[in-house]
Amino acid sequence: MVACRAIGILSRFSAFRILRSRGYICRNFTGSSALLTRTHINYGVKGDVAVVRINSPNSKVNTLSKELHSEFSEVMNEIWASDQIRSAVLISSKPGCFIAGADINMLAACKTLQEVTQLSQEAQRIVEKLEKSTKPIVAAINGSCLGGGLEVAISCQYRIATKDRKTVLGTPEVLLGALPGAGGTQRLPKMVGVPAALDMMLTGRSIRADRAKKMGLVDQLVEPLGPGLKPPEERTIEYLEEVAITFAKGLADKKISPKRDKGLVEKLTAYAMTIPFVRQQVYKKVEEKVRKQTKGLYPAPLKIIDVVKTGIEQGSDAGYLCESQKFGELVMTKESKALMGLYHGQVLCKKNKFGAPQKDVKHLAILGAGLMGAGIAQVSVDKGLKTILKDATLTALDRGQQQVFKGLNDKVKKKALTSFERDSIFSNLTGQLDYQGFEKADMVIEAVFEDLSLKHRVLKEVEAVIPDHCIFASNTSALPISEIAAVSKRPEKCFPSREGMLSGSSPAFSDLLAFGSPCQVIGMHYFSPVDKMQLLEIITTEKTSKDTSASAVAVGLKQGKVIIVVKDGPGFYTTRCLAPMMSEVIRILQEGVDPKKLDSLTTSFGFPVGAATLVDEVGVDVAKHVAEDLGKVFGERFGGGNPELLTQMVSKGFLGRKSGKGFYIYQEGVKRKDLNSDMDSILASLKLPPKSEVSSDEDIQFRLVTRFVNEAVMCLQEGILATPAEGDIGAVFGLGFPPCLGGPFRFVDLYGAQKIVDRLKKYEAAYGKQFTPCQLLADHANSPNKKFYQ
Amino acid sequence: MTILTYPFKNLPTASKWALRFSIRPLSCSSQLRAAPVVFVFKLYLKAVQTKTKKTLAKPNIRNVVVVDGVRTPFLLSGTSYKDLMPHDLARAALTGLLHRTSVPKEVVDYIIFGTVIQEVKTSNVAREAALGAGFSDKTPAHTVTMACISANQAMTTGVGLIASGQCDVIVAGGVELMSDVPIRHSRKMRKLMLDLNKAKSMGQRLSLISKFRFNFLAPELPAVSEFSTSETMGHSADRLAAAFAVSRLEQDEYALRSHSLAKKAQDEGLLSDVVPFKVPGKDTVTKDNGIRPSSLEQMAKLKPAFIKPYGTVTAANSSFLTDGASAMLIMAEEKALAMGYKPKAYLRDFMYVSQDPKDQLLLGPTYATPKVLEKAGLTMNDIDAFEFHEAFSGQILANFKAMDSDWFAENYMGRKTKVGLPPLEKFNNWGGSLSLGHPFGATGCRLVMAAANRLRKEGGQYGLVAACAAGGQGHAMIVEAYPK
Repeated sequence: MVACRAIGILSRFSAFRILRSRGYICRNFTGSSALLTRTHINYGVKGDVAVVRINSPNSKVNTLSKELHSEFSEVMNEIWASDQIRSAVLISSKPGCFIAGADINMLAACKTLQEVTQLSQEAQRIVEKLEKSTKPIVAAINGSCLGGGLEVAISCQYRIATKDRKTVLGTPEVLLGALPGAGGTQRLPKMVGVPAALDMMLTGRSIRADRAKKMGLVDQLVEPLGPGLKPPEERTIEYLEEVAITFAKGLADKKISPKRDKGLVEKLTAYAMTIPFVRQQVYKKVEEKVRKQTKGLYPAPLKIIDVVKTGIEQGSDAGYLCESQKFGELVMTKESKALMGLYHGQVLCKKNKFGAPQKDVKHLAILGAGLMGAGIAQVSVDKGLKTILKDATLTALDRGQQQVFKGLNDKVKKKALTSFERDSIFSNLTGQLDYQGFEKADMVIEAVFEDLSLKHRVLKEVEAVIPDHCIFASNTSALPISEIAAVSKRPEKCFPSREGMLSGSSPAFSDLLAFGSPCQVIGMHYFSPVDKMQLLEIITTEKTSKDTSASAVAVGLKQGKVIIVVKDGPGFYTTRCLAPMMSEVIRILQEGVDPKKLDSLTTSFGFPVGAATLVDEVGVDVAKHVAEDLGKVFGERFGGGNPELLTQMVSKGFLGRKSGKGFYIYQEGVKRKDLNSDMDSILASLKLPPKSEVSSDEDIQFRLVTRFVNEAVMCLQEGILATPAEGDIGAVFGLGFPPCLGGPFRFVDLYGAQKIVDRLKKYEAAYGKQFTPCQLLADHANSPNKKFYQ
Repeated sequence: MTILTYPFKNLPTASKWALRFSIRPLSCSSQLRAAPVVFVFKLYLKAVQTKTKKTLAKPNIRNVVVVDGVRTPFLLSGTSYKDLMPHDLARAALTGLLHRTSVPKEVVDYIIFGTVIQEVKTSNVAREAALGAGFSDKTPAHTVTMACISANQAMTTGVGLIASGQCDVIVAGGVELMSDVPIRHSRKMRKLMLDLNKAKSMGQRLSLISKFRFNFLAPELPAVSEFSTSETMGHSADRLAAAFAVSRLEQDEYALRSHSLAKKAQDEGLLSDVVPFKVPGKDTVTKDNGIRPSSLEQMAKLKPAFIKPYGTVTAANSSFLTDGASAMLIMAEEKALAMGYKPKAYLRDFMYVSQDPKDQLLLGPTYATPKVLEKAGLTMNDIDAFEFHEAFSGQILANFKAMDSDWFAENYMGRKTKVGLPPLEKFNNWGGSLSLGHPFGATGCRLVMAAANRLRKEGGQYGLVAACAAGGQGHAMIVEAYPK
């Protein structure tokens, strides 16, 4: 199992999840009809309160597009001009979304820095008018209120939010390599204080409504309603509007003050921040922290601090100007393009390209209660899947069940769940040692040890007890699915699956024609720790039926995964890319580079986890296993380092974190990692002379990355990968490829195929075949117009 | 015509629908003739309904009757009962019942009481109260709990025991004393104290004591919120009212109605189930003290109690914390007759329901009402006295709106049509929990006695009792007047 702990930068991407799950789609609106009638905004007047309802057509979310901007200004001008209207309520008609942010495509369409800066300045003008409005405006927030949406909300005089799980506020721009460009950098610090504002803007974290109330980001909360005379969501929005109207009236009548009582701590912080010396210290501290975390690879966070500082030290005018300029600069950076590319890729990998499966998977069974099995169980039970967790021994089962419980309980501690919800979720899990209940399973995922004969044995055992329609998924990181499926008796048995015949469904039939006999065995490669890593690599063989794939993707999506679907082959995509890089890691170590130094070289390139640490985390035995398997298949191209290093480590029991010793020594409760001095003798015995011409720090970094990239491109060339986007998502979310580079394919596009080929050739001259650029990469180098992303 | 109607004569009125359906094909054949057929038929049905309302007696099942029931005056908690213990109140209700019915103590087979917040010292409060009230120590007693329908559970448990032939005479009741609630030490403190108990040496004791922190002393109050959702009931009621778009004014108006009707009933002496209670060391309490008809203007001044500052549920339109106890003598019909009693009512079909504790916490009556009516083969029109538990004005009005909504019936109750509104002129005519008070464990018996007494006074045959309860549960029961 290629395990990879997501620490640091990668984990910041979790905020994407919110954007995505709202079905955030960036659309190109046709402007023509917008001029005639308003399509994005309608407004009505209730008494003396104008209710402005935002509802972008044909989309699940509202985004701040040019059309919405212009309609909004138009409507607001009417409101300000009207004598009858004394206050206004700003609300979205969409359940689950207030405004999800600016239209990313609008930014992407900008060719020059000036264009982007201008966009920012226009937005700044609109929200400034809101802020200066003499008629109080109440923002009634239900659902995501992110980025530009939050900037609009905080320029209103009052904010009321529903206390719904879907209601989140935040400034996720930093995750796209940008900054809040509509006055957010200036208003947020005034509203919630500098430290809290910086935290929001630098992490991009989403804040739930109740927390937002405590911070002073919203003024009132409205509880979501249950069923009444209308569907709950509909009535909740209506109720929110009713409440917002009473507050708007109260504000207009001066019965309610928009000012909030601050707590003692807040007052003290605010006072402290008036002292210049304290402010400088805060900036310095935050900058230090940012530099340490981003290693200078991400320009956005530092610029955010810069802009906030400008606003506070030199006044708002300078602040707004600085904000718009820096916004322009950031949007034009490679990093921002890479991150936006990842965002788009992620949206893509959240769709089921196989369509809806014929039968929803409701009962899941998992074989093996190890780290992976229990992890898969955890992400399944909390989505309401009835899950059986089976292992061979009670000790292993206990450990697995405890892992699931702990995962849920940690959420209770973070107040993301109530203890009651935890208990009711946990009741979806059945731990057992036998195959009882498997006759009801719709899908079985095996997560037993990576051993072909063992996998064959469980497949046979399971097939004896599961119903005909049940899908068998293998969680493996390298064993080819077709080899596992070889012992399945069901390619024939499921041939006219009884269910398919009964329902007379055509897809099953077209599958038959296309692939001969469809098969219900599929690969589902999860990444450890399953509850943190977002990626799921689904492996289909030529015989896998379309409906099986559709079911597997549907289950993965339900589990909250980002999914890439790849063809069967040794190492599939992810493991196959990682293997040559790992081989290079071993060679570099053999050449006498200290593991600590290697780690710092890789992390400073943007990998969230250092290369040596990664081996420890994955497990040395697993790495050895994979290296041997793939080495056999791919031969010299996967060579480089001497696998003997791993063999010796395994024989000494240095299996990595799990055994307490690998390249480093791991102790419970000790954060500091010391080098394992016993490794010295192993490394000494396998020492290779370094080649000075390819051993500079930069060369070492590129030797690792180019092998990775070359292999990724080869996967696309061979059809293992269907699209470059999936390749990028897989590399970043599964293997920790530097997000600032956007994935191997985006990296080739932005860095230049020619430059990469040049590097490869240089290393080829030193080491040989392992660095020979693949055909597709060479093609791209030869014709500079060729890009993976057009 | 006689040929047409004859075969239907023996059918119970409940199959009205079936009749209409069977009529239709006939009327199709000749439209001219059909009209009079239907017309006459409707007349006939009406005649059947009014003339001989069927009784709900079931073959081979014993009839269960209420001989009589009493309750202590219901008082605002913290008033005259504040120094009592729950079993004192329960005892008062039991002695009151003995006095009212003169039932020989040794005849009673079993005693069941409902209660919600348990006094730890008297966790089986039924037994302690029965012993104190002078019942035979040979009469077993147990205590049940089901939130606000605990007394209902006590009664139906008794009905079950009688119907199945296990018992002939049951005393069922309920008690709640909100003036005093068990406030515990925190879990950490309790653990420390328990460990200290077990510690053997001085060293062990000292090391345990050293673990003490001041925050251990923070007390733990009995939960006022729903365990599953951590939401207080008032909060849930406010959301429920909002979901059904019940306005503040509607709620205040309904609360005012409840208080006015209760006041009228009290003044006219209709609340005959109340028995005076000489509180030790204090004056005799003779009547409920929570009935306070106010004005809409006064009520409008109150601030929302739960969802602040814009909610609609206030102290004035909610039931208040109440102390009180109730008790009822239930018998098999033949036993009651043999003992020479003239029972007040039959206890007929009953139904417990439960639903989502978060968003439908207080909608029990909406769900239970149609089910119990269908079970009994009755319709809303057959009911002469409705007695619903009023937890909050907003809750009653939300239930009304739910019962009057086709959309709600279709989407949440799996019904084709709405349940239908209970007519207000037959609804809680002698006040309700909002005005009389609501001692959680005791309200169920009050509802049944109010229904039985109203039927006797107003001359109807069927009463419908319904209530909601914490946990998203609900109860409904048909009370049938005993023929005079």
